[in-house]
Parts: sequence; C-alpha cells; structure tokens
Amino acid sequence: MANLLYSAAAIIALLAMLLTLIRLLKGPTIADRVVSLDVMTIISLSLIVYIAALAERIIYFDVALVYGLISFLGIVAMARYLERGL
Amino acid sequence: MEILGAAITILGSIFLLLGALGVLRMPDVYNRMQAGTKATTLGTLLFLSGIAIGHSACACIDKTIILILFIIFTNPISSHALARAAHHIGIPLTDKTVRDELAEDTDEKKELLG
Repeated sequence: MANLLYSAAAIIALLAMLLTLIRLLKGPTIADRVVSLDVMTIISLSLIVYIAALAERIIYFDVALVYGLISFLGIVAMARYLERGL
Repeated sequence: MEILGAAITILGSIFLLLGALGVLRMPDVYNRMQAGTKATTLGTLLFLSGIAIGHSACACIDKTIILILFIIFTNPISSHALARAAHHIGIPLTDKTVRDELAEDTDEKKELLG
C-alpha cells in the first residue's frame, strides 16, 4: 500500500516535470527558460531522493545535495550574466 | 508510519504539480517565477520529509534535514537574483500589473545621479 502511494507521488512529480519541460521549450524570453530549468532541477532533486530511499543507498543523498548546490550556482551565475554580462 | 510518510509525500508531489502548472499557465516571467519558486519549495519540503518519515529504517533523517535547510535557504536567493536580472534587462510585465516599485526606485536613483 505504502509503496503504491510512493510510486503515485513519483509519477505526479514526473508529470510536473513534463509541464515545466513544455514551458522550457515554449518560453518566449530567456528568463522563462531559466525559471523553468530551476523548477525542473528542484523536482528532479526530489526524485533523486526518492530513488535513494527506494534503492536504500545513502550515497545518493550526497548526489542530491551536490546537484542542488551546482544548480543554485548555475542559476545565480545565469542571473549575473543576464544583468551585466560576464 | 509508512502510510503517514506516503501521504505527506503525495501532498508534496501535488504541490510540485501545482507549481509546474503555474509555471506553464501564468502570464509573465515574474508571476511564473513566484508560482514556480514558492510552490516547489513547499512541495520539495513535504516530499523529502515524507520520504524520511516513511523510510525510518535507512537512517537518512540527518541528510534529509540538511537538504531541506539547503533548499529553504538557496531557493529564494536564486529566484530573487533571477527576478532582478529579468527586470534589469527589461522583460515587460503583464498588462494587468498595477504597480512597479522597482522601476520607480531606479528612476529616482537615476534622477539623483543626474
């Protein structure tokens, strides 16, 4: 029962990722694309943690942490690039 | 305990879905940013804590807490920087906008500087 509910949550999160993917492909300005990339990164971080708990591998939590760190740095660097160039 | 964790995880994934729907449907960049950032912060928080509650056997509570704190601190910062950059490069606001205080502030600053 609980496993079924967890799978349903993962499927809903995947659906959310699909919706942001549509905005990533469609987005009229560059800021739209960066926003949707940010949201996609957060959702995939959740899915990485789900996979870590599913596979019972504690090391995957570190993967999620480093992934979040790199995505944060990437978004901030992109914002700085948009604001005044590199 | 497992059912409780799974229910919290489902709630979090619904918040993620609503945030993604906001990113898809809102009229301009700033509204999209607001929907995407706030809803996904809460959704990820619920998702991760639901997984940590449900899988209490894998001793992953501490790393989940670190991840949640990290997301709470970094997500607003990145969206703030991005909104500021989008306003700076002049991406237009939607027609229904009532007030743009950042533009008023920058205009005043320009007048003061001459």
